[in-house]
Amino acid sequence: MRKLLLYLIIVTTGIVFVARLFYLQIYNTSFASLSEDNAIKIIYDYPQRGAIYDRNGRLLVTNQPSYDVMVIPRELKPFDTLEFCSILNITKDKLTQRLHKARVYSPRVPSIIIPQLTKDEYAYLQEKMRKFDGFYIQKRSLRDYQTVLAANVLGYIGEVNEALIQKDPYYLSGDLIGIDGVEKQYEKELRGIKGVKRIQKDRFNRDIGPYKNGRFDTLPVNGKDLTITIDRSLQAYGQKLMENKRGGIVALEPATGEILALVTAPTYKPELLVGRKRSPNFTKLYYDTIAKPLFDRGVKGEYPPGSPFKTINALIGLQEGVIDLKESIYCRMGYYYGKKGQKLGCHSHRTPLNMIPGIANSCNAYFATVYRRIIEKYDTPQEGIDTWGKHVESFGLGNYLGNDLPEGKRGKVPTAEYYNRIYQYPTYKWYATATLSNAIGQGEVLTTPIQLANMTAAIANRGYYYTPHIIKAIDGSPIENEYYTNPKITTIDKEHFDPVVQGMHEVYTKGTASFLQVKDIEICGKTGTAENFVKIDGVKTQLTDHSVFIAFAPKDDPKIALAVFVENGYWGARYAGRIASLMIEKYLKGVITRTDLEEWVFMHSLEGEYAKQYSGKPFKINQ
Amino acid sequence: MAKSSVAAIDWITVLLFLLLVGFGWGNIYSASYEGEAFSLSDFSQAYVKQAYWILFSLVIIIITQAVEAKFYERFAGLIYVISICSLLGLFIFGKTVSGATSWYALGSFRLQPSEFAKVCTALALAKFLSDMQTNIRFIGHQLKAFLIIALPALLIIPQPDPGSALVYAAFFFPLYREGLAAGYLIVGVSAAALFILTLLFNPLWVVLGIAAMMMLILIKNRKQKPKYSRYFLVIIVITGFCFSVNYIFNNVFEQRHRDRFNIVLGKEVDAKGIGYNINQSQIAIGSGGWTGKGWKEGTQTKGGFVPEQHTDYIFSTVGEEWGFLGATLVVILFVMLLIRLIHLAERQKTQFSRVYGYSVIGILFIHFAINIGMVTGIIPTIGIPLPFFSYGGSGLWGFTILLFIFIKLDANRVNEW
Repeated sequence: MRKLLLYLIIVTTGIVFVARLFYLQIYNTSFASLSEDNAIKIIYDYPQRGAIYDRNGRLLVTNQPSYDVMVIPRELKPFDTLEFCSILNITKDKLTQRLHKARVYSPRVPSIIIPQLTKDEYAYLQEKMRKFDGFYIQKRSLRDYQTVLAANVLGYIGEVNEALIQKDPYYLSGDLIGIDGVEKQYEKELRGIKGVKRIQKDRFNRDIGPYKNGRFDTLPVNGKDLTITIDRSLQAYGQKLMENKRGGIVALEPATGEILALVTAPTYKPELLVGRKRSPNFTKLYYDTIAKPLFDRGVKGEYPPGSPFKTINALIGLQEGVIDLKESIYCRMGYYYGKKGQKLGCHSHRTPLNMIPGIANSCNAYFATVYRRIIEKYDTPQEGIDTWGKHVESFGLGNYLGNDLPEGKRGKVPTAEYYNRIYQYPTYKWYATATLSNAIGQGEVLTTPIQLANMTAAIANRGYYYTPHIIKAIDGSPIENEYYTNPKITTIDKEHFDPVVQGMHEVYTKGTASFLQVKDIEICGKTGTAENFVKIDGVKTQLTDHSVFIAFAPKDDPKIALAVFVENGYWGARYAGRIASLMIEKYLKGVITRTDLEEWVFMHSLEGEYAKQYSGKPFKINQ
Repeated sequence: MAKSSVAAIDWITVLLFLLLVGFGWGNIYSASYEGEAFSLSDFSQAYVKQAYWILFSLVIIIITQAVEAKFYERFAGLIYVISICSLLGLFIFGKTVSGATSWYALGSFRLQPSEFAKVCTALALAKFLSDMQTNIRFIGHQLKAFLIIALPALLIIPQPDPGSALVYAAFFFPLYREGLAAGYLIVGVSAAALFILTLLFNPLWVVLGIAAMMMLILIKNRKQKPKYSRYFLVIIVITGFCFSVNYIFNNVFEQRHRDRFNIVLGKEVDAKGIGYNINQSQIAIGSGGWTGKGWKEGTQTKGGFVPEQHTDYIFSTVGEEWGFLGATLVVILFVMLLIRLIHLAERQKTQFSRVYGYSVIGILFIHFAINIGMVTGIIPTIGIPLPFFSYGGSGLWGFTILLFIFIKLDANRVNEW
């Protein structure tokens, strides 16, 4: 039948068309985005990033406008290059080169030709801009630091990297994001939400009005202002004291857990990492692997705590009931133990001592005895160590504090499992004496300054602490994060704290730091002198001891608790103790009465000490 | 006039016609409006003009129905002659619009005679084939029929408007239905296949491949004493065809024609230059998804990314704004119309009506197939409108007359015996 063929041709054509439509419209999904690229231009409206204030409402960080000259290569028309170059003060070669680069990158997407004009350049260029088709000026916002302080706390912002853009669709290439510190931690609050405008384009790339009458457009939401817990003047003073030294100071308010000062030394000025200067400066700071200015020692430096840790062992001893306040323990320039008569050395002081003077004089034999009794109270040393470890960890040691700083370290509190591993239990057995250096905060225990400060705050509070935090208020309303407002209770009963506090008080009045007393302020503290080692050419070498100090004041109504680490500063009272007492006086009184003490700290530099291990020559320590 | 011919009008066809014209106008409106308020007195707008042309086509419909059915058969020859003269007249009085001298201009009003020449040719062919003397199986009569068809086509090619000339291939439908040997079809399809193969591959490979295939057939059939000379002749013809296609394609065709083929064959990708239209058209259709972006919401359409969108590329608006469902509906409407028309043609009692009916089917089919094929990127760019849909007065009227003469002839069948 001839008419059948005609039917067939018509129906087949219809089926082929429907199949083709199915392919184009349903199966192949690439056309939708192609049509969007074609026809919709998205313009973002960037909100102001929130400002940052210190706890007293003093401005630390705000924004400054910056103007980039942008180009869309395919919209360029011939222009007076001579005039353009003279306005912007660049050579013609450079302009040609940058235009070429922009064109290679993309003819339709804007590229930066000249970043960050000054206001004057901008004002002048803006009048002439109409002459230069294809160029336009994009306003951007850079950080403007009202302070040279606390770079480690504030952090910095920079362009997002590709990995982040993939992960979070909010960010687009070229967007700025907080990379460190508060800027990173509170990125979402600070950045606000950018507004989106969709513009419909025609095929000549001209705007023909808002897409769907702006139904999908959004307005930008401004970033929120942050108030942080840092006290600007205390921070400034701490940084000044730490000049020419390495280490960290962390000062907390025990009643709230607010971080009053977070000092790391050496440090850098935050303005070094703004805008055009950021890249070269960052490289310079990053590759300083000796001084490590980008390394926040306050939260990331893990040091042996040394003698301040004895306060914890005293508390555990009382809680476990292995010692009372009256019992005195002999010290013969050290503590002797084991069959071979091993010795844990001590310095000269009167003997025997009971707990309070034991703390004040930092007697190693006393605390070795207490520690050993704690461990040996239990049937096995494993059990003993783990019980002891639980008490220690209840002070926030040995793990992340969970504070709102993007960086941190766990520190270390050794466990039974750890000793089993290194002593190869059960092949070999180990006993309390094998872990004896824990008694005096040497050996396996590691803490960061912020952990140590937090521990001090827990003692100052007589048994609890608030997780340290940097945020005080967001857009003026105080934070209501239960994580920061609920106290964490230690495993030590309240009544055991008084003798330990008394001992710490006597450190000032009679003990190792008695020369640092401040009139009218009842300070409680504890010195520390921490042995430390490095590998030089593969050989374990001892360096000058770290100077450590913890303190809080006033004794009965603590307003500040702090920990000071000074790398290779020798004994505790020498650097750290001086710095701690000056910090306390500064915070509580506002003025320094002991200018000679202050002068001593300002004048003394440890740079010579730090250079020793790199000198390549044999050197002496603890001089 | 016959007593009941109005009642005998095939309302299904009329309904399909109205649906296509109505939906077409909606899409022309979307493709050509630019946010201004709707006003029927704004004659600068394409959709306003089209609205009036649709209204006037209703007048044309009434006239076609009012005329005595026998008129079309009786005056077919005269009408054809007038039509040929109108095409010839273009060489003297024609107005050139975008490169093609296809128009008579009366002030701002323009008329494209080639749109009407199709109708006239259909009438003339129907008249010739229905003549008692004519037998399509005679070579002489075949030649005469071809001449009737080819004359207007040859006059249209130099306008230049090769697309419109290609439409005359549509008359294969009635010729085939009236008994033209199937051999013509086989030769035609083979030639088209060879043409494409030659463009895709080197002609030498095509010839060698076919020769190898024929060798296999020959070996398989060797016991039945095959006529070797015939095989030899076929391979000679194929070789000649392939190499001349190659020669013509590379030396006679212009670059733009070559590009059109190369883009469809996937040998060349050029989204900015010659391939821009077809690329944008596919983006428009492809971005429609299942249900489309909604009437007047097409971003491709609004942005004017598809040139000639309200005329030849109107189907891309359908695809973008009405999605797969809308576009498929249009395809189905056309298929339904064509099948309905075959049904009508088959029930005709006179050969004249039947031949004319199949001419209508052929013309509508070839427009439908080429236009949608082009817009969806299946076949090379050939600029002819989509019947009833595309913007354009002459086209709309031409198709309306074409269709409604047939409806009149069909309605009149009650008076035939």
